[in-house]
Amino acid sequence: MTPTRVAFSALLGKDLRTELRTLQSLPAMALFAVTTFVIFRFGLDRTALSGSLAAGVLWVTLLFAAILGINRLFVAEREEGGFDAVRLAPIDRTAVFAAKAAALLVYLVALELITVPIFAIFFLDSAAALPPLALALLLADLGLAATGTLISSMAVNSRARDLLTPLVLLPLAVPLSIATTGAIEPLLGVGGPTYERFGTWLAVLGLYDLIFLLVGYAVFDFLLED
Amino acid sequence: MYGNGLKPLSIATVATLALSLSLVFFYAPLDADQGFIQKIFYLHVPLAITALIGFVIGGVFAILHLRSGDSRWDAYSYVSIHMSVIFGVAVLITGAIWAKASWGHWWVWDEPTLVSFLIVFLMYATYYPFRYAIEDRDRQARYASVFAITAGAFVPLNFMAVRMAESLVHPRTFATAEGGLPAEMMLTFLVSLVAMGLLWTTLVKFELTAKSASGQLKRLRRALDAPSSGGASRVAPEVS
Repeated sequence: MTPTRVAFSALLGKDLRTELRTLQSLPAMALFAVTTFVIFRFGLDRTALSGSLAAGVLWVTLLFAAILGINRLFVAEREEGGFDAVRLAPIDRTAVFAAKAAALLVYLVALELITVPIFAIFFLDSAAALPPLALALLLADLGLAATGTLISSMAVNSRARDLLTPLVLLPLAVPLSIATTGAIEPLLGVGGPTYERFGTWLAVLGLYDLIFLLVGYAVFDFLLED
Repeated sequence: MYGNGLKPLSIATVATLALSLSLVFFYAPLDADQGFIQKIFYLHVPLAITALIGFVIGGVFAILHLRSGDSRWDAYSYVSIHMSVIFGVAVLITGAIWAKASWGHWWVWDEPTLVSFLIVFLMYATYYPFRYAIEDRDRQARYASVFAITAGAFVPLNFMAVRMAESLVHPRTFATAEGGLPAEMMLTFLVSLVAMGLLWTTLVKFELTAKSASGQLKRLRRALDAPSSGGASRVAPEVS
C-alpha cells in the first residue's frame, strides 16, 4: 500500500499539472468573475461599493465563479477513466478526497489572487482591507473546497451533472455565505476597515470547514465504490 | 410485514390529534398579546420540530445504511426525508399565515427560525432531483445516504449562522425571558407535539408499507412473467 502522503502529492501534482497544461478551469473562472463585476456595475448602477453591498457583490461573484470550477473538478476522472485507476491503485481513498479538495483550494486561491485586486481597483477606495479580507476568504475557500469536492464527485456520476452541482451546493453554502459576508462587510466600510465581530465570524467559518472536512473524510470512501 | 401494528398506531394518532385539537380550542387560554391567531402556534411549532427531527432521523438511517449496506435503511431514510419535506411545506405555510397575522407581512426576514427553516427546506428539496439523476440503484442509494448525512450536519450549523446574522433580538413566543409558557399552554403544546410526532410516524409507516406492497407485487409479476403496468417506476427506493 502506497503511503497516503505519497498518494496525496501524486494526485495533487497530477491535477495541478493537468490544469497548467490545459488551462480549462481557471481562466474561465477568472474571466467569468471579472465580467460579473462589470454586470454588477451596471445592474446596481454604482461605480464605487462599500459595506454590505461590496461584500455581497464580491462573495456572490466568487461563489458563482467557484461553481464553474467545481463543476469541472471530476470531469477528467470520469471521462478519462481516472476513477477506475484510483479504484485499482493500492491507496487510501481518503487521499483522493484530500488531493481533490486541495486542488480546488489552489484554484480558488488563484482565482482570488487574480480577481480580488481587480475588484479593489474597480470599486474600492483603498487597499487597506485586503490583508484581513484574504484571511476570511481563505477560510471560506477551505469550506467551499470541502463541500464542493463532495458534491462534485457525486454530481459527475449523474445524468444532470452541470445542473446538480449548483442546485445542491448553493443551499449548502448559505451558512458559509452568511459568515463570509458577515466577516468582510465591516472590512469594506466607508471609513476604512473595522473589525466588528470579525473573530466570531472567522470562528463560524472555521467550524464550517471542520465539520464538512470531517464529513467528507468520513463518507468519501462510499462515493468511490462501484 | 411493514403493516404490523399499523392499525393501533393509526388509532392512537387520530385519538391524540383529536385530543390536542380539543385542548387547543377549548382548554388553552387566549394569548394576551396576539389573541386567537396565537393558536396556530400549536400547529406550526410541533410541525417544525417534527420535521427537523425527521430530517435528523433520515440522516441516522443513512448512516446505518452506509455502515451495513442494507438497502432497507435507505428506504427508511428516503421516507423519513420525504415525509419531513411534506411537513416542511406545512411549516412554511402556517409560518407565513402567522407572520401575516401578527406582523402584517407574509414573510419576515428578521425572524431567524423561520429563515433557517426555509434554507433547510430548500436544501432538502434538492434531495429529489439529486436522487433521481443517478441511474444505478446501488449508487443512487449510497449517494442519497451521503446527501442525507451531509445535510444532517448542515442543519444545526445553518441554524447557528442565521441566528448570529440577526443583529436585533426578536421577541419570541416560546421560551421567553419571563419564564416561558403558562402551564395550560405548555400542556397543550406538549400534547400537540406528541400528536404531530405520532402523525409523522404513522405516515412514514404507511408509506413504507405501500412501498413494500408494490415491491412484492412487482416481484410476483416478474415471477409470473406478466408485463408490469406502466413501465419503470420512479418511486424509488424499492423495499424488500
